[in-house]
Amino acid sequence: MFPRKFDYVAPSSLDETVDALKGAGFAKVMSGGMSLLPLMKLRLVSPELVVDIGRIPGLDQISEEGDMLTIGALVRHYQTAGSEKVPAALAAAAAYTGDVQVRNRGTTVGAVVHGDLAADQPAAVLALGGVIVVQGPNGVREIPATDFFVDTLTTAIEPDEVATAIKVPKGGSSAYDKLGRRGGHTDYAVAGAAAWVKKDNGNITECRVALTGVAGRPTLAEGTAEAMVGTDGSAGAIAEAASKAADGVSVLEDLYGSEEYKAHLATVYAKRALTLALNE
Amino acid sequence: MSTTSVLGGSVRRREDPALIRGKGRFVDDIKLAGTTHVAFVRSPFAHAKINSIDASAAMEMEGVIAIYTADDVRHLGLLLAQVAIGRLRPLLADGVVKHAGEAVAMVVAENRYLAQDAADAVEVDYEPMKAIVDIKEAASDKAMVHEELESNTLITWEAGPWGNEEGIAATKEKIAEAKKRDDIVTVSMEMKNQRLIPTAIEPRAVIADWNDGYGRMTVYSSTQIPHALAGAIAKTFGLAANAVDVIAPEVGGGFGAKLNVYADEMLVSFASMQLGRPVKYTESRRESPYNTIQGRGWVATATITGTKDGEVLAFELDGLADMGAYTQNFTVAIPFLGTFVGSGQYKFPTHWKIGCVTTHTMTTDAYRGAGRPEAIYYLERILDAYAREIEMDLAEVKLKNFIPESDFPGAVAPIGFQFDTGAYQTNLKALTDSAEYSELKSLRDKARAEGRHVGLGLSSYVEVCGFGPSALSGLGFSWTTYGLPSAFSGSGLVRINGDASVTVIIGTGPSGQGHETTWAQLVAGQLGIDYEKVRVTHGNTAESPMGIGTFGSRSAAVDGAASYEAALKVKAKAAQIAAHILEASADDIEFSDGSAHVAGSPDKSVSWEDIVTSAYHPHMLPEGMEGGLEAHSVFSPANATWPFGAHAALVEVDPETGFTQLLRYVTMDDCGNVISPMIVDGQIHGGLAQGISQAMFEDAIYDEEGNLLTSSLVDYPLPTAQDLPSFNLSRTVTPSDVNPLGVKGIGEAGTIGSAQTVVNAAVDALYDLGVRHIDMPLRSRRVWQAIQDARS
Repeated sequence: MFPRKFDYVAPSSLDETVDALKGAGFAKVMSGGMSLLPLMKLRLVSPELVVDIGRIPGLDQISEEGDMLTIGALVRHYQTAGSEKVPAALAAAAAYTGDVQVRNRGTTVGAVVHGDLAADQPAAVLALGGVIVVQGPNGVREIPATDFFVDTLTTAIEPDEVATAIKVPKGGSSAYDKLGRRGGHTDYAVAGAAAWVKKDNGNITECRVALTGVAGRPTLAEGTAEAMVGTDGSAGAIAEAASKAADGVSVLEDLYGSEEYKAHLATVYAKRALTLALNE
Repeated sequence: MSTTSVLGGSVRRREDPALIRGKGRFVDDIKLAGTTHVAFVRSPFAHAKINSIDASAAMEMEGVIAIYTADDVRHLGLLLAQVAIGRLRPLLADGVVKHAGEAVAMVVAENRYLAQDAADAVEVDYEPMKAIVDIKEAASDKAMVHEELESNTLITWEAGPWGNEEGIAATKEKIAEAKKRDDIVTVSMEMKNQRLIPTAIEPRAVIADWNDGYGRMTVYSSTQIPHALAGAIAKTFGLAANAVDVIAPEVGGGFGAKLNVYADEMLVSFASMQLGRPVKYTESRRESPYNTIQGRGWVATATITGTKDGEVLAFELDGLADMGAYTQNFTVAIPFLGTFVGSGQYKFPTHWKIGCVTTHTMTTDAYRGAGRPEAIYYLERILDAYAREIEMDLAEVKLKNFIPESDFPGAVAPIGFQFDTGAYQTNLKALTDSAEYSELKSLRDKARAEGRHVGLGLSSYVEVCGFGPSALSGLGFSWTTYGLPSAFSGSGLVRINGDASVTVIIGTGPSGQGHETTWAQLVAGQLGIDYEKVRVTHGNTAESPMGIGTFGSRSAAVDGAASYEAALKVKAKAAQIAAHILEASADDIEFSDGSAHVAGSPDKSVSWEDIVTSAYHPHMLPEGMEGGLEAHSVFSPANATWPFGAHAALVEVDPETGFTQLLRYVTMDDCGNVISPMIVDGQIHGGLAQGISQAMFEDAIYDEEGNLLTSSLVDYPLPTAQDLPSFNLSRTVTPSDVNPLGVKGIGEAGTIGSAQTVVNAAVDALYDLGVRHIDMPLRSRRVWQAIQDARS
């Protein structure tokens, strides 16, 4: 639990952050440090430079702009969990993240950018159709969540970029549910699902379901979403659609579940998340 | 003998203000000038030949002082172990490694970071070999874990009247008769009692400080056994017993994992002698599972043969226990400790056979309960299965087979050991007749009517603790290997200071049990002195009377009794002094409220301050009386103590996911008299958390190559307060007759009583789906799989 030697810098603006990352060798951006520091202490990750964005003003806000909600890079899990503006799926996923200490320190953007397959918030952002805002030497770009999660702990962010915010569209209704490693909502997810639906005239017009802990990255359950559209969202329709949740998903076995079990949980949590979303 | 006078009230633990405020002083808090720091180079392989070790580049690195390998320490011999059956551990791997994480080299540097950097730079050329991880494979002896041993089975413990010819014949005859009547049921199951990683909140830490001016070694260690450690270091380095001082300051939990002498304790002592500087090693959380012993790890088949109306004719347990690669302090003795309670609270013939098998994994040894949770788990699980098979209420089966209360005190278990006191029927009925138990039943029935899978589990236990009797020293209950030719007696010293405050010095050091509170209550109550004026000190072998250590729920029953008797000696002397001052008879002197009084004449009194003044001015004492006011006592009980109890749990299973939730937990423990109720409750709470955690969460998993897959707390889930319900605790009180306090032990009861209670409840919840057993831990995937398997 003793990290290798590293340099540390705490810039006071995003521009300074980008400058610090430029040509720095192996650098890591730190917000709450809840994922990065344990990895460094285990010597699994040994950056030469840690760029601590914790002192940059203005990043700790949840703000609304038109039909989009912006969550800044220093918004802690507890803020996301407790905000009435935040869609229910993401608020629940934040509430189920870590423990009280972690939720007071860790950030939603940090959890998303870390890209842990068993973390809750990435799937919520994916189901909500969110985008990740990053800033680099070539300016600001927005990466849709569907393109962002590449593989386990690997995302589309470049080494010289810093994630500054997440944007999620408002509207529709959503929910997140999971089975934690210690059961219930506790601990990392064995599996979980986030669901987002839009209804018009009693029929579902749009739907996205994303899975946590089932594949190597947060993954859309496309079969389920397609099957939901056009239905009335009844229990029967949900059950039918949810049964397709693992279709086409490359399921990953780990200490907490066999492939068969995880594929089964995908269908169970797709069903539970859809049911919760439609009753939101 | 009167025992009620020592019973204390619930007081708040006096240890807690310092601990809560971060003022407790643990080994890692101790910063001696000039301290050097250690990091170990650890093997990534479970079994490998070491072709070479190249530390030359590491030696050149910043801050590196020394790097030691087996060549440097071979002359010190192997690590001492009290029960030395099996292969003892080399201080550093010598040519070959036998488990993942085994220490291969020790780096000493100016700080821990630099030490770790240099450890990463030591180049070791390993030649990996096939690892033997599975205990059944090891027991087959197809390949050897250690070439020099004849078998991987180090010893087999066999016990019970089934073991002798007479017992076998009698039992067989009874079974044959029952068969003739077609009145026989046999239930048999192979069950795992999985390996666990003891996880004290404070990982182990040690500092050695050799002073060649004084010719003395001072060692600070997070240990449960300071005197044994001092002895082991003295023996290893050829020093006199009084040339090694071991200080165990605050110890942040031990659970048996610190009831051991460790190679790192010898190695930092060696390095300090070499370098002439203090040397410190603080185990990181990540290396703890590779460096500190693990627990449990059994596979066994339990079989009950009985009649259809609940009379058990025979119980057999046949299995294997995983010892890991190297034998340490009590390694192979742990299953033996299980045999003590192998037949539980019952009168039925029992045959016990457990083979102790070595594998290429970390050493196992004592972990809270140490053999007894395993023994009770198998017995109570199979008894529950038998009761279900004959469709009889488990409590009825128990009542039918319990050793009758009229046999106590001194009943002899079928497996051969003699109990102290017991009242099993009374205790079980106190639980099953309680409102709490009725509520569990009605909650279950109501939930079931709603279609929910809710189950009620019941189990009961007897444990053995309070070691112990001097006569057991021949069985290894002694520290002879560490140069302390002592039975497991207790000791305590009570001293009245000049201002009539009291210092109690005990040889046994706590690791969170609250000795400072309990002993103060015990002594204050005897002397009639305010509890706040009594201070209890411990943990420094140079200052304390010899102590055996805090383990096996022995402290109150053995060392507590010694301090109690020392207090009585002091009181008797003080009574004589008071009688002299008051011109009364010593027999008439009573103590209360800080003074001595003449019985019947409350105005004739003298304060403790005046008594002490006389005691330290011999001319004021009765003629011929020696000055001073302190006494030391050694207490050796005639028998161990045998606490018992019954537990009930209510769980709910979500059959769709397998998620199992503990809803309620109710206990009826009996640990004899209670000195400090809040501390006893706290011990039960912690014990329950660990037993329930074995049932539901924890699992040390090795892969086929011997890699530990669960070495971080991310993959080794521990319960938090939010995972556990509020515990509903009650007790019956059956005082022990082997110590003057009437106390038994309570440190391990919660753990011993709980794992099978939870599993019994889960099986109850899923019995209608066809589930008959689920191996621990009851993780969602396992429970779900058991449901699928039962359905198919």
